[in-house]
Amino acid sequence: MRLGLLLILGGLVAATPQLTLAQSPSIRMPQSVEAGAAFSIQSTGSGKAVLYFVGPGQMIRRDVNLGETIDIAAGVLTAAGNYIVVLAGKSSAEQGQLFVAPANGPAHLSFLARPSRLPVNLRNGISGAVYVFDAYHNLITKPKTVSFQLTPASGATQQRKATTSNGAAWTQMDSTSREGDDKFVAQVEGVSSKRIVQQVPGDPCGLQMSAKPAGDQIEVTTAPVRDCSGNAVPDGTIVTFTEDYNGVQSTVDVPLKRDIATIKMPAHDGARISVASGIVMGNELHWGR
Amino acid sequence: MSGKIWAVIITLATVVLVVGGTLWPVESAVSLAGGRSLLRTSSTPQAAVENLGDLIRLRHWGAAYSSLGNKAEFTQSDFVRDLTGYYESLRTSATLSSFDVRPLHATADEATIRMRLHWSTVVGPFVKSRDLKVVKSGGRWKVDWPLVKKPVVPPQVIPVNYLRWDVIYRGPGDDWGAQNVESPHVRVVDMHPVQRAEGVVVLGELLNEDVVPAHVSVTATLQNKNGEAIATEDSFDKICPTLLPKQVTPFLINFPGATLSDVGSIHLNPIASLVSASADPVIQIDNQKLNPPPDASVTGQLVNESGEVVNIAHVLTTFYNKTGQLVWVADEYIDRALLPQTPVPFQIHIPEDLARQISSERTVTATYVVGGRA
Repeated sequence: MRLGLLLILGGLVAATPQLTLAQSPSIRMPQSVEAGAAFSIQSTGSGKAVLYFVGPGQMIRRDVNLGETIDIAAGVLTAAGNYIVVLAGKSSAEQGQLFVAPANGPAHLSFLARPSRLPVNLRNGISGAVYVFDAYHNLITKPKTVSFQLTPASGATQQRKATTSNGAAWTQMDSTSREGDDKFVAQVEGVSSKRIVQQVPGDPCGLQMSAKPAGDQIEVTTAPVRDCSGNAVPDGTIVTFTEDYNGVQSTVDVPLKRDIATIKMPAHDGARISVASGIVMGNELHWGR
Repeated sequence: MSGKIWAVIITLATVVLVVGGTLWPVESAVSLAGGRSLLRTSSTPQAAVENLGDLIRLRHWGAAYSSLGNKAEFTQSDFVRDLTGYYESLRTSATLSSFDVRPLHATADEATIRMRLHWSTVVGPFVKSRDLKVVKSGGRWKVDWPLVKKPVVPPQVIPVNYLRWDVIYRGPGDDWGAQNVESPHVRVVDMHPVQRAEGVVVLGELLNEDVVPAHVSVTATLQNKNGEAIATEDSFDKICPTLLPKQVTPFLINFPGATLSDVGSIHLNPIASLVSASADPVIQIDNQKLNPPPDASVTGQLVNESGEVVNIAHVLTTFYNKTGQLVWVADEYIDRALLPQTPVPFQIHIPEDLARQISSERTVTATYVVGGRA
């Protein structure tokens, strides 16, 4: 149906010069308006006519009396872009151009924060990109100053400012040394958007274990496992114990539970026991002799 | 030739085949149809073992049990579960596709025969051997079945504080730009291509460097010297599919028919997605030993340190040379369930031509629990 209407309007536009010559109704209107703003169009002539606004995301039809001022109320024309305005009388039509600009005041931010989870102490590890929109979700292309603020669970807040270019601005932040949830906020002229970035511990650091007899076996236990900043490595992280004895090997992958990993292994006099987590090696023990 | 002539020829051929099959049926077809037995007279030790093998293959448990010489020592149910598994495992749904027998020793009244059973399972075939004692009794040979008794787990309490990750993904109604749960970060820490007779094999190791579990696979693309793709394959089941934080898995990717000299570069694409997972069960791998050629292998025992039964275990071994370089990756599925604290042996064979390069190994397991964690 819309397509049909557009075709009709296209026909009207094509026929406009001849119709204008026939009766010469005309409209006077601003060249541009702000999205959602009220404005008026002055028409000349007499009789009834129909006013059309045809734009990229919106089309409006309004019955008008020629010769009167046509008021377009606030909040009617909201989608930004170039519009064709057609005033169609019974036997003639008048055409004009109208540019609807995005409203100047930001109302919504689309804030992309990446990643949502990262290790501590990573330089420029967090990136944030902001797209600024007005109240009618038009991208505001005029430069705006965006303030980025990253507030970690503990420690100093990082702040950056960036100016939008074609509606977008971005920045990078460092992850701090403490694990926890960071609040990452982007703000433009009182409008803000918040994301949570989770800082998680890094690789284990200074992995240490001890061993003690447990019946006819050895019980090996790590010290509480921390990263290089002192954060507790999360439970579930795999710690691998390896026991070598006389060309025979025993291995076991043990998840950390309550900060430590512990397991019983075969007791062999002279056995060499090592511990690792991922690509990080820990200490080595010799059992017995 | 017209369609009518073809129809007549096909009809006549069908009639001839039906009549021929009815008058001179294949022995196995008669047996399967419930007709006369496929079995031979147990006049020799080998025939007695072959008869038993046929009955097991046809799953005629009653007849197989009745034919045994030592059936008084156990029940038919014990016999069946010895073959199909006491707990749900790969054996439960396995079928005996074939068997072969080899005499090891024989006297006038007693013989020892090795029966190699070729089982078919959903993860491929596996072969198990049983050395059977065959005794002559009343002019006929009867097999004494070497029953592997059901492992008994001593009554005990195994304290386990289960650790589990659950994931809540973003909903469909969230705004554009809202965050989703970050996928796990994984990294290939080692890679080595090898030319084998069947083609190129890409070996490697993958590390989960995140703090959350990951479901992983690796895709490799071989590129020629002009940078054009030759072939793309993935690791399929030659990898531990679920990687816990800081866990390392080997992987192996086969490129059948490819030639390493044609390859200019290899592009690896590790894929990781966040999944709900459990940190248990813990499997200890004891008594791992590299056995030199001939018949080079790594052997060892899996010990389930947790309190629940593990139905299927998949063992993957990475082999290294003296300088710590990756040489080979091999795997084996364990056909029996792992009971708590009960060692289960495994043996992974090493290609003979690579065996002499290998000086160390690293073995990991992937486990599957029916209807549960792991």
